[in-house]
Amino acid sequence: MANQSYVRTEMLGEKPPPSSQVGIFKWVMENLFSSIPNIIMSVLSIWAVYYVLSGFMPWFFQSSWDATSLSGCREHIAQKYGEGVEGACWAVIRERWPQLVFGFYPRELYWRPVAALILLFVAISPILFTSVPRKILLFSMVYPFLGFFLLWGGSIWLPLSAMAGFVIGYFALGMLPKMIGSLGATIAAGVLPIIYWLLISGPVISGLNSIAPIGIESIDSDQMGGFMLSITIGVTGIALSLPIGVLLALGRQSPLLIVKTICVTFIEFIRGVPLITLLFVASVLLNYFLPPGTNFDLVLRVMIMVTFFAAAYMAEVIRGGLAALPKGQYEAADALGLDYWKATRLIIMPQALKISIPNIVSNFIGLFKDTTLVSIVGLLDPMGLSRAILADQNWNGIVWELYAFIAILFWVFTFGMSRYSMYLERKLKTSH
Amino acid sequence: MNEEINREIDRSQMQVSDEVAIQITGMNKWYGAFHVLKDINLTVNRGERIVVCGPSGSGKSTLIRCINRLEVHQEGSIIVDGTELSSDLKNIDKIRSEVGMCFQHFNLFPHLTILENCTLAPIWVRNVPKKEAEETAMHFLEKVKIPEQADKYPGQLSGGQQQRVAIARSLCMKPRIMLFDEPTSALDPEMISEVLDTMIELAEEGMTMICVTHEMGFARKVANRVIFMDAGQIVEENEPEQFFTNPQSERTQLFLSQILGH
Repeated sequence: MANQSYVRTEMLGEKPPPSSQVGIFKWVMENLFSSIPNIIMSVLSIWAVYYVLSGFMPWFFQSSWDATSLSGCREHIAQKYGEGVEGACWAVIRERWPQLVFGFYPRELYWRPVAALILLFVAISPILFTSVPRKILLFSMVYPFLGFFLLWGGSIWLPLSAMAGFVIGYFALGMLPKMIGSLGATIAAGVLPIIYWLLISGPVISGLNSIAPIGIESIDSDQMGGFMLSITIGVTGIALSLPIGVLLALGRQSPLLIVKTICVTFIEFIRGVPLITLLFVASVLLNYFLPPGTNFDLVLRVMIMVTFFAAAYMAEVIRGGLAALPKGQYEAADALGLDYWKATRLIIMPQALKISIPNIVSNFIGLFKDTTLVSIVGLLDPMGLSRAILADQNWNGIVWELYAFIAILFWVFTFGMSRYSMYLERKLKTSH
Repeated sequence: MNEEINREIDRSQMQVSDEVAIQITGMNKWYGAFHVLKDINLTVNRGERIVVCGPSGSGKSTLIRCINRLEVHQEGSIIVDGTELSSDLKNIDKIRSEVGMCFQHFNLFPHLTILENCTLAPIWVRNVPKKEAEETAMHFLEKVKIPEQADKYPGQLSGGQQQRVAIARSLCMKPRIMLFDEPTSALDPEMISEVLDTMIELAEEGMTMICVTHEMGFARKVANRVIFMDAGQIVEENEPEQFFTNPQSERTQLFLSQILGH
């Protein structure tokens, strides 16, 4: 019988892989032509891609960029590429570009939305990237009011006064805990600004306006439109729905019965109703609920509804993240003596949000695309404008070019969001 | 014996004082209609090392989780360091910051580095300046012999290392009492001794400890009292030598023969 005892005297080192395991030839053989079904699928796919592109590319490139009507486009293409060639009429985009971007915003004031957009990038940079100096966060806090002022114009005292309400709340949260306890201070921080906005801010604004009427030209919401409107509604919805969603998700799990009931009712009601219905409520019904005489801007009303809608979905997404956290995380936070808000802020939410990133960003993307629904209540977002352009005698009959253009612009934004979410997931990955 | 403890144990600091650290009187707890803890009476003096053992489902984990109110008891009283556990949030937070706890599954915070895990509670609960908290954390990480891992994340450490970090994290709050809830049950055998060593060192420094564990070698050498629980009750309580060599109740004899028999 053979001796079965074996002892390894030295451990083996690593060797480089054989040449058949590296290089492009290996990649092609492995991924495209590894077996008969694989070869058939590869050939079919290549043919399908060719078939689509061979139809699409000539249309896309044998196109006309300067013409003032659809028939002009056709003549131009026939001259350039020969009779019978079907090409895209991009001239419509060129002619209507300002409108598609700014709606009916006064031409001489285009600098205002452009400045608002550039400053938007400045304001969100410290939120998106940790390498940006933290001091810019102060600007991010001021930006919502500045952005509003730039877009809507009017008296400077309105946004300043709205900001003052938040400042009051901030100081209440900072100063009062020593006097009336942290619960009292939290309630005061919620109630005092509301009292200020409802009762004090109106007279203050009109007083200041009569003393020092500082402001820029005011723009009505029916002059706004195009991508400017989509971005304004989308960014507001995205920025507000996340914090509101977090609070709703926490409220839904709260042991306090009334808080819980309010949150569950809100989430289930808003989630159970189509967005279009809510938009109609915003455009038609909401005025009945507001005090008589208040003329609340339609775009603002729509923004509120879109935000509520997104927040209800967001709450459920975050609830999923909370549910995925092991109970031990809550227990460890408790055992170290962290109170509810500290545990939530430092331990629970960072992890729950991290788990939910793909879903949160999906919701953001959905929300951004849903802003096209506002065309139904008469707002002139790109979809609303495209209908107006199609009704124009000159461009009657144009379909593909406009919708393709709108699709590409939306895609650029949503693809950016999707990439950012993947970057964030990679960055926050803390295990192997 | 499950695990050999080879080193000499220094008992010079392991003295039990007369001062009472934890007093549990007539405590009862129910999960719904299920009576999990029945009439528990237990007094732990400062400096005592108590090992709680018993079959699974006997209520031993629930008992120590009641001491920092991760579980709420319905009857009787628990007094920790002179403060009675009631629904008063101030008392609970005070007791929790005095009582450290280690869990079976470590429960480190995976999104924070080892150092941040250790400094979080001192900074946010005790308002210790960040620099000072980091120095304390490094001191305790050295004590559990993993200072070089301070900047890694928990997911990059082995189970034994994670449990030692969890111990260091508790120690950073300078607790007067430590609770251990089966600290070695989720570990591979070769990692158990590194965690037990850390616990022995703590005992040698005079820490008041209550450990739920099945490490009978640890119980025999370190504990000054072993408590055997079954069906939600304390069945037997004795010095380790007596407990292992001369168990009184039938349940204890059966339990010991099962875990020591192979």
